[in-house]
Amino acid sequence: MMTGTQSPDLRRQSLAAIKRRSLLCFAIPGVILAYLVYVFFAFEVRDTLEDVKLDNAAILVGDSYSYKTEVSHNNRSGHYVVAIEGEKKGRYAPSAHPAWVAIDGENADIDLTDGYRVIIRDREVTFTIPGYGQIVALPTRRGVEVDLPDGPLPSWINLSKTRLNVKTPNGRISVTKAKTTIFRYFFGWELFWFTLDSPYNGLGITELVSLALSNERNENGQTHALAIFLDFWFNPMWRHGEVAWALVETVLMAFLGTIGAACLALPLGFLSARNFAPSLIGRFGLRRLFDFLRGVDGLIWTVILSRAFGPGPMTGALAILITDTGTFGKMFSEALENVDDKQIEGLKSTGASPVSQNRFGVIPQITPVLLSQILYYLESNTRSATIIGAIVGGGIGLLLTQAIITQKDWEEVTYYIILIVVMVFIMDSLSGWLRRRLIKGESTAP
Amino acid sequence: MAGSSFDFLSGTMATASYRSDYIRLTHLRRLYSGVLFLVLVLLFFGGFYTADSRNAGGFFDGLDSFFDFPAEVLGEAWSEIDGLPTLLWHYLPSLLETVNIAAVATLIGAIIGLLLSLFSTRGLAFWPRGIPLFRRSMDIMRAVPEIVIALVLIFIMGAGPIPAMIAIAIHTSGALGKLFSEVNENCDMKPVDGLASVGASWGQRMWFGVFPQVVQNYFSYALLRFEINIRASAILGFVGAGGIGYDLRNTISWGKGRYDDATAIFILLFLTIVLVDQLSSVLRNRV
Repeated sequence: MMTGTQSPDLRRQSLAAIKRRSLLCFAIPGVILAYLVYVFFAFEVRDTLEDVKLDNAAILVGDSYSYKTEVSHNNRSGHYVVAIEGEKKGRYAPSAHPAWVAIDGENADIDLTDGYRVIIRDREVTFTIPGYGQIVALPTRRGVEVDLPDGPLPSWINLSKTRLNVKTPNGRISVTKAKTTIFRYFFGWELFWFTLDSPYNGLGITELVSLALSNERNENGQTHALAIFLDFWFNPMWRHGEVAWALVETVLMAFLGTIGAACLALPLGFLSARNFAPSLIGRFGLRRLFDFLRGVDGLIWTVILSRAFGPGPMTGALAILITDTGTFGKMFSEALENVDDKQIEGLKSTGASPVSQNRFGVIPQITPVLLSQILYYLESNTRSATIIGAIVGGGIGLLLTQAIITQKDWEEVTYYIILIVVMVFIMDSLSGWLRRRLIKGESTAP
Repeated sequence: MAGSSFDFLSGTMATASYRSDYIRLTHLRRLYSGVLFLVLVLLFFGGFYTADSRNAGGFFDGLDSFFDFPAEVLGEAWSEIDGLPTLLWHYLPSLLETVNIAAVATLIGAIIGLLLSLFSTRGLAFWPRGIPLFRRSMDIMRAVPEIVIALVLIFIMGAGPIPAMIAIAIHTSGALGKLFSEVNENCDMKPVDGLASVGASWGQRMWFGVFPQVVQNYFSYALLRFEINIRASAILGFVGAGGIGYDLRNTISWGKGRYDDATAIFILLFLTIVLVDQLSSVLRNRV
């Protein structure tokens, strides 16, 4: 019960406490805001935002779901080449051009649908655009002579003395004195299943299935099922086989690193736990070793190891192993320090040997904790293995960085990103499932 | 257990059957564990040989030369030990950038994660039917590795700290969002119900009913995340996102003659990580 003399004092105290609290409530957001303002200037946010290349973003997004087929005409030799993405691997044979391209010697008639049409006669290019008119361009020795319909120049036409660029929703053309190129865009990923040189390109799924199930053999004496698989697996544009190996390498790095670290850390954990350590000095040394292994950080280990072991998945696995030995060693020894002594004493009272004491008194207590930590790290190391792979040169991380650095095949980048996310999701759910089975299931299972 | 208590009532027959049952089950369980263990061992060694054969240098050759590179680096650094303080000073701004990337990413990630966690906790959600949506979006944010987002953003924005910051912040929002929502699920609903009964708005219920209960746990999770993010920000620098990782790549790839720089960076990074590690454990213990 409060007395009359105490209450004003208490009231003053609590008012002061409330005031301090509310001051703190304003101070913390203030400090955060001040920090953000500082970072805004330190990171040069405004300059960066001005430098944002939206064109690049547009290319990236456009490429991720569509591809282009190029029809190019060499204005000197008069030759035509029709190729998907302009790549050699996607080039159509001269006898088998797609239906929308009609080539007759030096002349060509290219249908870009909806009335958009390009006709080339002896180098002279006529581009018909519905609702605008006809653009006629003639490549000459000195440049390009262009004849446009009357009126102001629309923004989608880019014109100089040596070059004409026209962008329309149905396609794009570019004319220079050396070369005329017409681009038509299609939805999807080009030649994802088979390249043009494969006999299975362009077949429907039902045809493929019936071929695969038939007993017929192709000219090389392979069954169709095998040939279909080989053509897909060794697709030179998408390299599905290599990509699959890269994914395996990435998962392997995470698996080897995590399990190896756990195997090393378990005995070390016993040696550095307060209640099991044989010597205090050894315990202290091990503790500092764990701190050192964790403190040096995966990045530095990766750099050091790639000098000794060369690029590849083994290097990445070792980098994960070394870093995580430190982490696991610390965690395991903490888990061991928290074990309940009663079970060990019980076993001791029955005359069990020290090995049996640990096997039946300690291991069952720490197994759930250890397993859930190991599985959690396995999952998170799958993500780390992607980035470590980019540094050590192995796995899907390497393919991803290479594809991004070439800045050309964004559909491949998209493909890799999707695969990475699927891989991480699978590892996530696998580890979650195992955790539930092994840890919660243990009490109910036999 | 059950066997021994029934022992007195139903005689030795029942005990024997319990006993044999128990032993049979134990053996079965040992068998399962043994098979599982064997599979794991086989996978491990199979994986080891696969990885070894796909590596440029072999494992056992590498072991011999393991210390060559550190020795070379340290040797060179030792011969120019006088310059080390200058170099440490020289790389301090880059280190600061790395730490700043991590700090801002943790801050922004924590704020977004907080909102996401409130939106995805049963009983607290502003729009309960959106819970699966917010949960899935957190899963996706967690699943996409930081390097993917960072590299794409570097292509669009150019090299610098901001792509790394955004990439780490996205991952952090997903990771912290999940942890925060686990904290929220354990919080006492009575204050929230009380506030609701006096007509408090959703924001008021969260601010006065939930936050006082959870803020300490939030804080320690955010600190742990900050530690992880410093490592992430250093490693992202190595692939072109600025900060000390970027400097490290330059000094390493220039080869001989710059190893004293590399040593300075190693020391700075090591000290920072150890410092933050210690600081965060002290702070977490105080909370």
